[in-house]
Amino acid sequence: MNKIIEKEFFSENVVRLEIEAPRIAKARRAGHFVIVKVGETGERIPLTIASANAEKGTITLVIQRVGVSSRRIADLNVGDELTDLVGPLGEATHIENFGTVLACGGGVGVAPLLPIVEALKKAGNKVITVIAARTKDLIILEDQVREYSDEVIVMTDDGSYGEKGLVTDAMEKVMQRENVDLSVVIGPAVMMKFAALCTKKYDVKTYASLNTIMVDGTGMCGACRITVGGKTKFVCVDGPEFDAHQVDFDEMLLRLNGYKNIEKEAEREYLDKKEKN
Amino acid sequence: MTVTKEFLKAEREQSWRVDIRALMKNKERTGLTRVHMGEVAADERVKSNIEVNSGLTKEEAMAEAQRCLDCPDPTCISGCPVEINIPKFIKYIEKGEVLEAASVLKETSALPAVCGRVCPQEKQCEAKCFYWLKMKKEPVAIGHLERFAADFERESGQMAVPKVAEGNGIKVAVIGSGPAGLTFAGDMAKLGYDVTVFEALHEIGGVLKYGIPEFRLPNSIVDVEIEVLRKMGVKFEMNFIVGRTASIDDLKEEGFQGFFTGSGAGLPRFMNIPGENYIGILSSNEYLTRINLMDAANPLTDTPIVSGKSVAVIGGGNTAMDSVRTAKRLGADRAMIIYRRSMEEMPARVEEIKHAEEEGIEFMTLTNPIEYYADETGRVNRMKVQKMELGEPDSSGRRRPVPMEGSEYMIDVDTVVVSVGVSPNPLIPSSLPQLETTKWGTIVVDEEKLQSSIPEMFAGGDIVRGGATVILAMGDGRNAAASMHNYLQEKLNA
Repeated sequence: MNKIIEKEFFSENVVRLEIEAPRIAKARRAGHFVIVKVGETGERIPLTIASANAEKGTITLVIQRVGVSSRRIADLNVGDELTDLVGPLGEATHIENFGTVLACGGGVGVAPLLPIVEALKKAGNKVITVIAARTKDLIILEDQVREYSDEVIVMTDDGSYGEKGLVTDAMEKVMQRENVDLSVVIGPAVMMKFAALCTKKYDVKTYASLNTIMVDGTGMCGACRITVGGKTKFVCVDGPEFDAHQVDFDEMLLRLNGYKNIEKEAEREYLDKKEKN
Repeated sequence: MTVTKEFLKAEREQSWRVDIRALMKNKERTGLTRVHMGEVAADERVKSNIEVNSGLTKEEAMAEAQRCLDCPDPTCISGCPVEINIPKFIKYIEKGEVLEAASVLKETSALPAVCGRVCPQEKQCEAKCFYWLKMKKEPVAIGHLERFAADFERESGQMAVPKVAEGNGIKVAVIGSGPAGLTFAGDMAKLGYDVTVFEALHEIGGVLKYGIPEFRLPNSIVDVEIEVLRKMGVKFEMNFIVGRTASIDDLKEEGFQGFFTGSGAGLPRFMNIPGENYIGILSSNEYLTRINLMDAANPLTDTPIVSGKSVAVIGGGNTAMDSVRTAKRLGADRAMIIYRRSMEEMPARVEEIKHAEEEGIEFMTLTNPIEYYADETGRVNRMKVQKMELGEPDSSGRRRPVPMEGSEYMIDVDTVVVSVGVSPNPLIPSSLPQLETTKWGTIVVDEEKLQSSIPEMFAGGDIVRGGATVILAMGDGRNAAASMHNYLQEKLNA
């Protein structure tokens, strides 16, 4: 069950895995996520589904190595199995013909953005997609995004590819140039925070897909809770997408760091052990 | 499924029962004192996860069994939601035939070793014991004896697998593998159904695994009871969320004809007071799941836990007691219960409160949190609480706690566990728009049959009750199995 049938490195620390999961492949919609656990003593972590092939019975996940659990997943090889995989979870993205949509992905956030871009395009929207990363090597899935976008703007912090600047620079430019009906942003929390501030200036309705800490992912624990419009919401069952203008990103950023020191320490130990083997 | 009086009477008239009764006069029996189960000393047990209660020896159990009068009208059975034939199993213990006693338990209970540990017997069977009702004496220690018989059988290596009727080929699905679902699965397997239990988490057992701590209910004991169900032919699918991974319609296409939902009370409630989302403030579900299901306190596991030196647990239920006693075991210098009513209204079991007190838990009753404060990293470091006094009774019949103006004060804390109740898990209802639910999100069922507005779906446990006990959930599982059996057979014969 849940065998890895394909593995591809996008860059040193970003890997794409295609995994056998026939039921999830059939049931999932754009915006859904899964919970993955590797090893009997592993941690349950949420990952947004990047794409799925219902006929083949597979789903694709894109993982960036940022800690022990993501490294454990990224270190698996073709033929290995995920110990536990459950989903699809969360509410699917609401798709309709909004008009012009500005879709923005930062780093590995481009992976979960791709199925939304595809669905929006198929629903008849004009889709302008901004993909951004620190440097050229970290720009992923550009060709696939192009396939479903009317226009693609690539941004890198260091100018090594596309235009030099932040995702918000490109967003400003588009919104000054033409009317945008909806924006969708997925990426690091800090990027989504500033993207939300940017679209707010132009009064463009914006959805952000949030990636908080979770344990069960089914509404049971409340680890993923955030404040949206002054109310506590659970990302796992109420989200993962929320009106970005209502999300308290500062609180979310603090909560994401809740286990930072333990995580750093655990990652060091994991890497030391790996080196010794 | 009510056990008839005639049946119980006939059983009581069996010669072995008559002989046992004749061994001692009732006066001698009532003159005996109730056994006391051994406990690991408080200062010792808080250093590890060792089970607090150490069980009875065979001699102790046989002596306690002598106290049972084997009444002509065994009122104790009416106090048991799964109607265990209590006098019969106790008389087998008196006779020294403990394996027989265990098989009596398993006639009606899928989880006797669990019930013997976590049931509030003092409010159920033991509250209906003749000793208690008529003589105002300590009741027969039915719970201790149940645990003894189940443990004896397990440790004997001769676990009996209950008899299963010949397979009828009818597939039924169970949603959730907690006490309601496991009980339902066991009863349906006995009736010959092809039973599959679907569980969202990666382990079977539901609240028995993620909720109740090792020191009260070791996971290994739950696993043994699950193994018996497997041997009875029950299939288990982990990592499967009905309504998500596959819909009810998908499962119908795959041949499932009946569904039992025992998906539990999922969503933790918070109090919506300022600062409640600071780091270090968690629901009891999260705190206990990290420790019990994910084994986060074990350095060899990946799941992290921060459990501080000064831990406040908000609430007065069994889950609050489990959380605060866990905090103590994880090294808290101060582990506090903060509860807005008084000790008298506290819903936790008397035994849990007693054990907590012995372990040095501080009880701050008539106290309610009103705000949390954090350091610059967002980690909670203080909380403001307010004293309460009891006013007029509220809808629950308990006296309503009323805030006392100007009584606020601060407590230094580094971890807060919020244990003020749960709401039903919305995953099943939200995937079935035609399913009738209450405004609280619980599934509406026929009180007797436990049948929902979708005729082939039955439901029980917390998804119906909102928040109850393991044994009530088990009772629901048992009743739902009997009703679904009737429903499916009627349909088949129509």
